[in-house]
Amino acid sequence: MPKINYVREKMPTQDPAVRVTNFSEVALGYDAQTAVLEAARCLSCKKAPCKDGCPVGVDIPSFIKLIKDGDFGGAINKIKEKNSLPAICGRVCPQESQCEKYCLLSKKGDAVGIGRLERFAADYEMSRGEAQLKTPAAPSGRQVAIVGSGPSGLTAAADLCLLGHDVTLFEALHTPGGVLVYGIPEFRLPKGIVAREIETIEKMGVEIRTNMVIGKIHTLDELLNSTYDAIFIGTGAGLPYFMNIPGENLNGVYSANEFLTRANLMKAYLFPEHLTPIYVGQRVAVVGGGNVAMDAARTALRLGARESFIIYRRSDKEMPARHEEVEHAHEEGVQFHFLTSPTAIEGDEQGWVKGLNCLRYELGEPDASGRRSPVPIPGSDFFMSMDTVIMAIGQGPNPLVPQTTPDLETNRWGNIVADEGTGRTSKTAVFAGGDVVTGAATVILAMGAGKKAAQAIDEYLKGL
Amino acid sequence: MINKTKYRILRKKVLGTCLKLMDVEAPEIAAKGLPGQFIILRTDENGERIPLTIADLDREKGLVTIIFQEVGRSTDDLGEMEEGQYLQDFVGPLGRPSEIEAFGTVVCVGGGVGVAPIYPITRAMFEAGNRVISIIGARNANQLILKEEMKQVSHELFVVSDDGSVGEKGLVTAPLQSILDEEKVDRVVAVGPLVMMKAVCEVTRPYGVPTIVSLNPIMVDGTGMCGGCRVVVGGQTRFACVDGPEFDGHQVDWDEARQRARMFLPQEKAAREARGGGCACRK
Repeated sequence: MPKINYVREKMPTQDPAVRVTNFSEVALGYDAQTAVLEAARCLSCKKAPCKDGCPVGVDIPSFIKLIKDGDFGGAINKIKEKNSLPAICGRVCPQESQCEKYCLLSKKGDAVGIGRLERFAADYEMSRGEAQLKTPAAPSGRQVAIVGSGPSGLTAAADLCLLGHDVTLFEALHTPGGVLVYGIPEFRLPKGIVAREIETIEKMGVEIRTNMVIGKIHTLDELLNSTYDAIFIGTGAGLPYFMNIPGENLNGVYSANEFLTRANLMKAYLFPEHLTPIYVGQRVAVVGGGNVAMDAARTALRLGARESFIIYRRSDKEMPARHEEVEHAHEEGVQFHFLTSPTAIEGDEQGWVKGLNCLRYELGEPDASGRRSPVPIPGSDFFMSMDTVIMAIGQGPNPLVPQTTPDLETNRWGNIVADEGTGRTSKTAVFAGGDVVTGAATVILAMGAGKKAAQAIDEYLKGL
Repeated sequence: MINKTKYRILRKKVLGTCLKLMDVEAPEIAAKGLPGQFIILRTDENGERIPLTIADLDREKGLVTIIFQEVGRSTDDLGEMEEGQYLQDFVGPLGRPSEIEAFGTVVCVGGGVGVAPIYPITRAMFEAGNRVISIIGARNANQLILKEEMKQVSHELFVVSDDGSVGEKGLVTAPLQSILDEEKVDRVVAVGPLVMMKAVCEVTRPYGVPTIVSLNPIMVDGTGMCGGCRVVVGGQTRFACVDGPEFDGHQVDWDEARQRARMFLPQEKAAREARGGGCACRK
């Protein structure tokens, strides 16, 4: 029995001082030697609890064993049996709260770096040129429309295509990928990788139609009355929330969605070569504690902000962001103000942001989410001078499809009501999954929902 | 992924100084669009997403007409594109359509390039059986557009210009004031510069005439995702792209709308300078 190794192999990253001046990827990935060493840490335990932590059910011990044995091609094929977007998941999944959380090693030390190994296998395949394409089943003669080309839509499209259905993927923006393209920054998820995964899906036979705002150009009923037999809605959480405090419409206040869309999708960091402008100023406050907040705070530094602050009303322990992103943000100089929340944004005579009035909080009793709820401390108000304020307090479901589909049931937050196991909605032939159903969550949960819905749609189509 | 086989510019026409018209092949949008809605286009891969209200639609030929003024880098780039070339992106129809009903007497007011979006609304109001009185205005004769078209769909047409080179010298509010004094008006629709729309609303407010305006704030996606286009209407923040672009003008916070329109002025200037130039009339 070899000695158990509780220490995870380090993944090289760009030096923090250098990377805050560029938009290149921060984490550089394992090389083959390191990957094999890390894979060798896996205990290959019989129960493999890690598998239960994966929303798409990747056979984790098997792919890790293949890496350990040096069969990197075999490893990626094993992953792809369940996950059509491994290069993306390896980078953005919150592994610490999913597969890695259940790793036996995590009881006494570091869990196996499952995400890093997944990324290694995917990058290995990419570096070898052409990805191995899976061949779709014989044509079923059925057509499926997928609305939204984010993680859930891409996954559903790939699976349905492989099952032999004729799939059209509708995207409202000019580039497919949804949040992978407009939301997650280049330095965390290079857009070349997303483009490549999408190309693979196109090569399999999925037709992608950009610039198509379903709900406007065609309603769901129009799609069903034309040639489509079923629809999957994966329109995501595209509606930014604001705090409804005074001053939110001052110049210099953005939703995180706007700020990140300008920077990522529109490439405003290359202004004026790319023509979409962005303004950051010297001091930037980002309100929120999730991945989107980290992305915005780190993007602001790269766009030239001198100081970037996270303002979060709970403590560091309650922050929903991935550990690695918080760590990277710290390294890059993002300053954290915990147990703090703004009560108003102050402006100057020209209508520009001048700063934030904030209150300090302390943690009280646990709330519905199980996290200790923040309670304001009376008389603790103070002012922080700021040039830009970015609201990253969450997003709601985009309302365009429900607005034009009266028989599609939504809950009081506007989320589409869908069965958890199948994605089935109140409307016949219409399925939904991802953030539009659950509210803003993770890439992998959306992919899991896309996967389940693809199975359910396949069964539905067989019954027609 | 780069798709340059759609969205062909079939016709381009110079309407006036810095004012151009294009018919763009976009059959699905042409089939679905309604007066008051808008499209977003990009000229090329590095381009901004430019929102433009639909000026006309030819459902049979599958054409969408846009009319724009070269006011900055992106519209300069658009203005240089020629017939036969393809736009990078063209998406729509976005926003809610105008409310068209038989209201009775409707006054349609268009200023500058705002005459372009007021035209299809005016026509729809005319076809819905309203008595339509239209007022169009521009800086000068060279910048006045769609005069003949507007005449065709109005029972009465007033023309004004800042310098008196066409129509009466003055602002659109002058004829509007006289109309309101003379007869009962059931609805006013106004599209034009923010200052003009604000002035129209101030004129109609004492008469209690419902006044609809079409806002064109800074926006990115046009689908409710970025919130950049937020406007305060009746004390509530609304997104112009999905809740509008038309709103009750008496409820709009005009000062804030003007402030928000200035958000990227330095960048807009830099982008235009980086290219060197701009429309000849501005040099």
